[in-house]
Amino acid sequence: MKVDMTLLIPVAFYLALMYALALWSSRGLARSSNFMEEYFIGGRTMGGLVLAMTLVATYTSASSFIGGPGVAYTMGLGWVLLAVTQVPTAWLTLGVLGKRFAIIGRRIGAVNINDFLWARYRSKAVVFCGSLSLVLFFIAAMVAQFIGGARLFESLTGLDYHLGLILFALSVVLYTTVGGFRAVALTDTVQGFVMMIGTVAILWGTIRAGGGVGPIMETLYRTDPALLTPFGPGNFIAKPYILSFWVLVCFAVIGLPHTAVRCMGYRDARSMHQAIFIGTFVMGFLMLGMHLCGVFGRAVLPGLTVGDRIMPELTLHVLPPLWAGVFLAGPLAAIMSTVDSQLILASATLVKDLFVRYGGPGEPLPAPREEKLRRAGFATTALLGLIVFGASLKPPSLIVWINLFAFGGLEAAFLWPLVLGLYWRRANSAGALASMVAGVTAFFLLTVHVKKFLGMHVIVPTLAIALAAFVTVSLATKAPDEATLAPFWED
Amino acid sequence: MAPDSRGRGRFRQADREALYALILALLNFAWWYLTAYGLGSGPVESYRYILGFPAWFFMSSIVGFLLFSFLAAAMVRFLFKDMPLDSERATGK
Repeated sequence: MKVDMTLLIPVAFYLALMYALALWSSRGLARSSNFMEEYFIGGRTMGGLVLAMTLVATYTSASSFIGGPGVAYTMGLGWVLLAVTQVPTAWLTLGVLGKRFAIIGRRIGAVNINDFLWARYRSKAVVFCGSLSLVLFFIAAMVAQFIGGARLFESLTGLDYHLGLILFALSVVLYTTVGGFRAVALTDTVQGFVMMIGTVAILWGTIRAGGGVGPIMETLYRTDPALLTPFGPGNFIAKPYILSFWVLVCFAVIGLPHTAVRCMGYRDARSMHQAIFIGTFVMGFLMLGMHLCGVFGRAVLPGLTVGDRIMPELTLHVLPPLWAGVFLAGPLAAIMSTVDSQLILASATLVKDLFVRYGGPGEPLPAPREEKLRRAGFATTALLGLIVFGASLKPPSLIVWINLFAFGGLEAAFLWPLVLGLYWRRANSAGALASMVAGVTAFFLLTVHVKKFLGMHVIVPTLAIALAAFVTVSLATKAPDEATLAPFWED
Repeated sequence: MAPDSRGRGRFRQADREALYALILALLNFAWWYLTAYGLGSGPVESYRYILGFPAWFFMSSIVGFLLFSFLAAAMVRFLFKDMPLDSERATGK
């Protein structure tokens, strides 16, 4: 391979920085008296910038940097229109879960979504279903991310797939295990900036290579006029389909556990206000920028066919090696920042479920238990990471499918129990359980047997079924008792 | 009402903020839909262009993104209120 190794310089520099941040965070961990709060939610000290960056970086994954722009290459501007449906996610998740969620989270000492579900529904079955869906869908999502990252590394450097996998998979597992949530949030922040720089670099390079936006659009028009319409070639992006993405990647994102948990980890109201502004801007910028690159790429470098290879090829074509390395660091950052958040939350779920009986949430633990928890926390995080790594060694072929599937499954399980638990007094455990079971089952069955429902993504009927199940069963069974509701409604 | 110094009324304010966030997202959807399909549904030959982009795309995706980033900032600046989040401070224990 004729690969210039200067490409690896920014990547190596970047990985070194990640390790440094993890070590720095672990010092805070050693000093902390409450391991759970510190390891799994960073002691609730995130400021506005860190909150915004960790929210965006957790959400933007391999598909935003590799898969999505690859589709935009084939589909044209219509696919960018689809991608910008994600602009409101930052203010929606932070705003709708809102201060109510942050206040309650502190009151009940919650460090993950299951703590919240337990305090609200007092049902082992609900928590069990939550843990099961979370760990299963997270493992699926993480495998997809690892494979995506390793493939990217492979096609950009020409080095072996497994070498790429080992290099960054082990990096993620190591810094997450050592540094906990604080390391995750801090590295996410750096990764957010790296993604922004990567996006600017490739966008600038592509526009320059194409001779400006006007000429690029002319070339696209000559290639296929449909690339310039909202509907795409062959009317692929039909209205019902694109409209259902407002549900899948915008409104229902409120229910994703790994972004939701960030909504109870910030320091104060001002941090949240700042994060809404910064997060919205960064999110929109990344989505718009990356997907536009895919569209422009069609004019600059026509004739590519394999979706996932388009962005790497384009990068090598329009950027000098050092800058290509900066770009490579961008999606690697996106992937790592998603995986690390899922890893720490999956670990929090298992540790809390295995080691902490849900006695009195928020009570400080006696010292020997604290020490045990500490070791269990490290071990679980590392073990989960290694499982995912193992599964990625022999990559299955349908990774994009797996990723979107995990996304929808998490929304099916968590959106209504979270949102209705916060805003509907009458919501009870039977309703939440019915909603989770019906939602996840419907999602499985619809995905396998129906694929598209009246032209929409199956997430739309899934969430409708889950909502119907929640409301009907809640109303048919007894209202939750006042003692349980108190921390959620008493001001 | 803004929450008082001991934090009473926090939930009422928080609920109102959640509603604003939801409304802003719906407004964003309306803008996105109307500009994209209002300007982009005709034949490609009749498209107008702004800074090289088709007008429907420029308005829906580029202006839409910038406009709603600005509106989100305005929303937290003027409609969201600072409040204590810790229960101890709020209940005055």
